[in-house]
Amino acid sequence: MEVYFDNAATTKIIPEVRDIMLETIDEEYGNPSSMHIKGVGAERYVKNAKDQISKQLKCDSKEITFTSGGTESNNLALIGMARANCRAGKHIITTPIEHASVYNPILFLQDEGYDITFTPVNEKGIVDIEQLKKQFTNETIIVSVMAVNNEIGAIEPIQEVADAIKEYNKENGTNILFHVDAVQAFGKCVIYPKRIGIDAMSMSGHKIHGPKGSGALFVDSKVKIKPIIYGGGQEKGLRSGTENTAAIAGMGKACEIMYKRLDDNIASMQKVKERLINGALEIEGVTDNSGEAPHIASLSFEGVRSEVLLHALEDKGICVSAGSACSSNHPAISGVLKSIGLKKELLESTLRFSFCEYNTIEEADYVVEALKELLPMLRKYTRR
Amino acid sequence: MNYKAFMIKYAEIGTKGKNRYKFEDVLISRIKEHIEPYGEFAIRKDYGRIYLETKSDYDYDDVINELKKVFGIIGICPIVVEENTDFEAIKAKSIEYMGQRYGNQSLSFKVYARRSDKSYPMQSMEINSEIGHYLLEEYSNYRVDVHTPEVLLTIEIRDNVYIYSEIIRGAGGLPVGTNGKAMLLLSGGIDSPVAGYMISKRGVELEAVYFNAPPYTSERAKQKVIDLARIVSGYSGKIKLHIVNFTDIQLAIYEKCPHDELTIIMRRYMMKIAQHLAKENDCQALITGESIGQVASQTMQSLYCTNEVCDMPVFRPCIGMDKQDIIDISEKIDTYETSILPYEDCCTIFVAKHPVTKPRLDIIKRSEEKLTDVIDELMKTAIDTVEVVIAQKE
Repeated sequence: MEVYFDNAATTKIIPEVRDIMLETIDEEYGNPSSMHIKGVGAERYVKNAKDQISKQLKCDSKEITFTSGGTESNNLALIGMARANCRAGKHIITTPIEHASVYNPILFLQDEGYDITFTPVNEKGIVDIEQLKKQFTNETIIVSVMAVNNEIGAIEPIQEVADAIKEYNKENGTNILFHVDAVQAFGKCVIYPKRIGIDAMSMSGHKIHGPKGSGALFVDSKVKIKPIIYGGGQEKGLRSGTENTAAIAGMGKACEIMYKRLDDNIASMQKVKERLINGALEIEGVTDNSGEAPHIASLSFEGVRSEVLLHALEDKGICVSAGSACSSNHPAISGVLKSIGLKKELLESTLRFSFCEYNTIEEADYVVEALKELLPMLRKYTRR
Repeated sequence: MNYKAFMIKYAEIGTKGKNRYKFEDVLISRIKEHIEPYGEFAIRKDYGRIYLETKSDYDYDDVINELKKVFGIIGICPIVVEENTDFEAIKAKSIEYMGQRYGNQSLSFKVYARRSDKSYPMQSMEINSEIGHYLLEEYSNYRVDVHTPEVLLTIEIRDNVYIYSEIIRGAGGLPVGTNGKAMLLLSGGIDSPVAGYMISKRGVELEAVYFNAPPYTSERAKQKVIDLARIVSGYSGKIKLHIVNFTDIQLAIYEKCPHDELTIIMRRYMMKIAQHLAKENDCQALITGESIGQVASQTMQSLYCTNEVCDMPVFRPCIGMDKQDIIDISEKIDTYETSILPYEDCCTIFVAKHPVTKPRLDIIKRSEEKLTDVIDELMKTAIDTVEVVIAQKE
């Protein structure tokens, strides 16, 4: 049996997405900027994708900018807004559990002379609003908090953060901007940035059955932001470079389909998640670190190194991640797991299982069976 | 400058007496294999030299880089050829060559002419001074320096005239295929690819064995070793890589033997399996990347214990080298970047916290007795299920 439980790393492209991508490759291969008919045809795919996304976010299609993915969206939002608003102040607040594509641009800004505050999270990985409120200053220009954590699936109180920022801005005449990395939330839950009070929100296509190399950034029309890539002035000058029509069309289609089936998808992922967690917890020495997100489960297995368990599961056709796939390029111990106070001996013993709507209860049962078989064997050979 | 020919110099094989022709032929085959993908070439040998003529367009840098990887070559000279051996023709060609190669830049030079045909009407010294004279006349910024010239213009008068002034250093060593075959124990580390390179440089063909321990090691660790074998094969020629599934043996040792002796016992079984595969594949020796004292399993006492299971020679070319010296070679041969990729190999996964550094053979042998019931069967399975990958340059 083959089980792909690594959907927070990436997902499979679905046929509808593949089909529209092929149209842009085989037929509408024009440059959307060209004046002739081939250009117009290609431009239509870009406009259409923008409509598909803005409709789900309930924003204006002009507020959507296509990028090469979640990483670029986060870089553009943070660096672009910091540079455009540096006269208002140089203080940025974020959390210790952000994805590397938020964390590293922020470290870059720190080098550029910005002050950074990491606001603490509790043992469930949730931002402490009261603490956060105390950290706003007249110098603060950006607060960046992710919507759903990629390693444990904690859902952050985005609305409360937005409210706190709004209140502070009103009382102090400041203009703190709110950035949300919504890569793990987009397509998995309803999120209306303008109603919540989000100024910039990052999204990715390949986490929702779209193609890799596709991403988008919502930026509220009243927000000042500078580009980080300069060139021919595409995307209203915010993101130069010939539009990747195949990726853009694919992401638009994926977004439309995911939101059409949202309620069913959530229910089905939730069932698989619960089945897996409940089954795994029957085994001795298993701890559940999962947050509320329906598609992410984080489990720690006492006495087994995650890399070894991962490969043993792989041998049975099961694909999962150790911590988060993005951090496995430099297998340092996960900062997220540390931040939620996970016991030291479990830090290197944690796996992430992440789901999509195509996963089944049978697959969850198969994984639980595999764990029941493998754990006693692997524990016998723990490094002594 | 667009060279149409190269002269290839080789050193040691010139001294091999009656076997010389065999060595030369092997070197020519190796050169052909290396440069084949880069164009059409004609290769011939003549009095201790090999001449390479280009018969099609080719990329100079690609060909030179490839020739620098062929063991047995000591120098590569890009040459111009003049078929007419008359002095006037030589003079014209020399002036043309110097002009194209250096222009009228400021330089010191010396002419060095050699005649293999001693009936040639002029003597070497005479040719030197005449050509030198004409060059000084032609290029106002040249000056003669017979002791330490910046440019040594060599003119060899044989059946044709060969003119050159550059010698690009080759890899040295002996052509692969002139000195038998050996089995390299290849891990994912820095040392073993270097060891393979060094032995191959002495004309030895390579096969390799890798001990895989799934699920304790990953598919990427295995891919890394295949990649390393492929890089080394860029010098040695293709490598038959034997991948042994070592997990069950390792687990049996882990279960039954004292933990501080794990690595030594494990390495003894690795050597046994490597030797078995070596004999099966007509290899005459084993190669390891061991270096005295580098880690617990490479102390003198440990080497004594691991070596004891072998009855064929074990070559350890890194044995007296410091880590940095080994790293320098791995950087030169381009294996370093791959070697340092952070995937666990089977040696690091089960390592004890405090391994023995001075194992005693009698104690190790007594520990191994605990495996008597299972080890023959496990060894047989490991050998029967070997996966073979041919690693060669793409």
